[in-house]
Amino acid sequence: MSDNNNAPLLQLDHIGKEYYGNRVLSDISFSIEAGEILGLVGENGAGKSTLLNILFGMPVISSTGGYEGSLYLDGKQVNFTSPTQALAAGIGMVHQEFSLIPGFTATENILLNREVLNGSLMSYVFSERVSTLDRDAMKARASEAIKTLGVHISPDMTVNEMPVGYKQFIEIAREIDRKNTRLLFLDEPTAVLTEQEADILLIALGKLAKSGIAIVFISHRLNEVKTLCDRILVLRDGKLITDQKASGLTTRQIASLMVGRESLRKEEPVEIPDEPVEEANVNDALTTTVKKKKKKPALKVEHLWVDMPGETVRDVSFEVQKGEIFGIGGLAGHGKLGIPNGIMGLYPAGGKVRLFGKKLTLNRPRAALGRKMAFVSEDRRGVGLLLDEPLDWNITFTAMQMQGRFLIGIPHIFQLRNELAMAKETRKFIESLSIKCTGPNQKAGELSGGNQQKVCLAKAFVLRPDILLICEPTRGIDIGAKTLVLDTLKEYNKEHGTTIIITSSELEELRSVCDRVAIVDEGKIAGVLPASSPAEEFGMLMMGEKLRSALAYTE
Amino acid sequence: MIKNFIKNAGWPRIIIALFLLALFITAPFVGVNVFTSFNNTVVRFGMNGIMVLAMIPMVQAGCGLNFGLPLGIIAGLLGATLSIELNTEILAKLAELGEQYKISWLTQEFLTTYREPIGFASAIIIAIPVAAVLGWLYGKLLNRVKGDEMMIATYVGFSSVSFMCIAWLLLPYKHPTMVWGYAGRGLRTTISVEGYWLHVLNDWLALKFEDTVKIGDKVLDVNLAIPTGMLIFFAIIAFIVWIFMRTKTGTAMTAVGSNPEFARASGVNVDKMRTISVVMSTILGAIGIIVYEQSFGFIQLYMGPFYMALPAVASILLGGASVNKATILNVIIGTFLFQGILTMTPTVFNSVFQTDMSEVIRLIVSNGMILYALTRKVRA
Repeated sequence: MSDNNNAPLLQLDHIGKEYYGNRVLSDISFSIEAGEILGLVGENGAGKSTLLNILFGMPVISSTGGYEGSLYLDGKQVNFTSPTQALAAGIGMVHQEFSLIPGFTATENILLNREVLNGSLMSYVFSERVSTLDRDAMKARASEAIKTLGVHISPDMTVNEMPVGYKQFIEIAREIDRKNTRLLFLDEPTAVLTEQEADILLIALGKLAKSGIAIVFISHRLNEVKTLCDRILVLRDGKLITDQKASGLTTRQIASLMVGRESLRKEEPVEIPDEPVEEANVNDALTTTVKKKKKKPALKVEHLWVDMPGETVRDVSFEVQKGEIFGIGGLAGHGKLGIPNGIMGLYPAGGKVRLFGKKLTLNRPRAALGRKMAFVSEDRRGVGLLLDEPLDWNITFTAMQMQGRFLIGIPHIFQLRNELAMAKETRKFIESLSIKCTGPNQKAGELSGGNQQKVCLAKAFVLRPDILLICEPTRGIDIGAKTLVLDTLKEYNKEHGTTIIITSSELEELRSVCDRVAIVDEGKIAGVLPASSPAEEFGMLMMGEKLRSALAYTE
Repeated sequence: MIKNFIKNAGWPRIIIALFLLALFITAPFVGVNVFTSFNNTVVRFGMNGIMVLAMIPMVQAGCGLNFGLPLGIIAGLLGATLSIELNTEILAKLAELGEQYKISWLTQEFLTTYREPIGFASAIIIAIPVAAVLGWLYGKLLNRVKGDEMMIATYVGFSSVSFMCIAWLLLPYKHPTMVWGYAGRGLRTTISVEGYWLHVLNDWLALKFEDTVKIGDKVLDVNLAIPTGMLIFFAIIAFIVWIFMRTKTGTAMTAVGSNPEFARASGVNVDKMRTISVVMSTILGAIGIIVYEQSFGFIQLYMGPFYMALPAVASILLGGASVNKATILNVIIGTFLFQGILTMTPTVFNSVFQTDMSEVIRLIVSNGMILYALTRKVRA
């Protein structure tokens, strides 16, 4: 540990970052001392990953024009342009996704590229590259690193045989083994762990901090953050909202700071009680239910499970009324995206889904589309668009295949695509959604994100759906386009009475357009609240805290 | 405008086209008859065109280039050999049918006059169902190896050729012009189609000129025979493919190739579309080889089809297709350039160096072009 002239271990001074004119971080300043544990919390998209990328010198930062402000390590200004430099400076990082080699043992993974070598004539003549490995010494070092974490994992076990929890420990052990590691970033390390494993990890991290390593801990489990960390930093919309001692905050306060109560972008005045009056909310919610119950549910989902990688849905039941705009929110990875994808048959699913009282066949996109449902995928470039084909193909293709429109000829025998009709329909949407393009012949891949999203919406509208499922309608598009997309949805709902189900990571967005919002937590519905409920109640649901009012409402 | 043209056509194509043009310009000065060379190029274009066309469906459906074309060729060879084996039976059967159903035009005289076209048509009619069955199985296989289609396809092609090497010996063919003379069974390596359907398409409406032209102090013989029938046949097949790609199924197929996830989310059965494309490609390969044989004059069995996929693949890539986008225009340009270079380079070089290097040059040119074409695929 080299502490010269009492400078903090790491200091951030007015750090900011813009991606293509889209501001994601502004004016972040804080510092961290050796042996301190800092909790960093924020919603998805609050700027946590960008901050980590800057600190770790990820190439994505320098390739998009660097960052503003300056970084000081031990009082000296640094500017990492590659992760190797950050590693050399003693910064370790444990990513959300594992970066381990499956076929290698724990030892080999922990000591990858830092192996203990046997000296030999060969290595003397040529270089270290040809020397053999001292397996025993390596095993001893690996065991020691694993032991520091307080778990028992055999150093000879290969990674692909390990349960996920173990893998996380191996990742951390690798960072600890690096002799010069002084600062450790952990990006949601407990997300894949069981409660028991998480506890062990928290204890281990505490020990590490005592040995002088500074830790930045990122987690959505607020209880963990509160117990483990000395200080808590809350990020929201790229700004540092608070930086204070963990002991002075309750989890409820943290949740409300994260979600931001005052930032509701509303267009018509919606009554939002300033202070959460729970009784009133329950009553309010119940009356809405009673009112809505009179109508037939458009979509009734019972015990749905969906096997979508990274977005597993375990057991979800809810009802959506006809003509309603229903929101599904929750943190990334908890399964909110799995619900619409499962209903549309894009991922293996089970359970019961009823559409206007009639059972829907799952696992067949054709069945779902045939029942007049339309879907806008969250993966715009991967699923939503034919990037190499012109706009008119993108917009009319589904209608052509499913409803036999935009064709000329004899049905089922010989039908050619009607390019004139396709172009005509496309021009209609280019005008009504003001899609910026050169015409129906432009390739979809050449449009900007916002315009591509409009094309996806047009594709769904062309189907004249009864139920429209939309995932992440505003992901990766600028603010102007966001408003337009959301307004279009509202208008469409009003004009055609279409039932719309929006899945989004942005709670504010859901609250501003939806009638009711369901929050998904760990593959289950944590609660359904009217959009007018205070933001912090949603925040608490997201964090896995069951609210009495929400429970009362779902039952 | 010129920049745009270069961008649209692509440098490689322009360079090859200029090289081909240079060869045609040099040719007269080294004593090569340009007219004959040009005629050869056109004939070779017609011979190979349909096999290049066979690449389109699979490329469009995202199955990559059909390196398994030999499978389709084998179906074509079966059709061709069976049409000869069963020639008399087929004619007799047709005569019988004509009598039975009192079809006035289906007379003995008609059958004698059109014996050759009937033989050719029967080869195609026999080959198509064989190709469809083989293609269907091949398609099922390719659906299991998504992402590695081209590698697997290559080995499907190679192994099917090897398998047929055994089959050609064992199949109970009896026809004296086709089986080995000494054993009386097992097909020969090369079978002449003369007397059956040699040049049925080439000679149909063929345009023939015989004249002399004076260029400077040299007198050149102009001896042209444009195989109009074969070109028309190619145009018809190309038109069918073009129309098919514009149908509902063809559109779905293109979407599958462009983005299979999009297609699936739009309710398209991705595997079915891919299988259809493979079946189509195999059928086109079968028709292609029969057209090739009627012009070439011989059916080449055993290792004959082994390398047939490579020139077709090279041609379509040279024409500007990528691994997942191909058009009829790519086929026409590519086949013409590839066959042009293949015809012209050996003749011109031989005349310049005054030795017989034609076979060496032919190998260098065709393999070099395949190499060039395959490196292009990475950029696609």
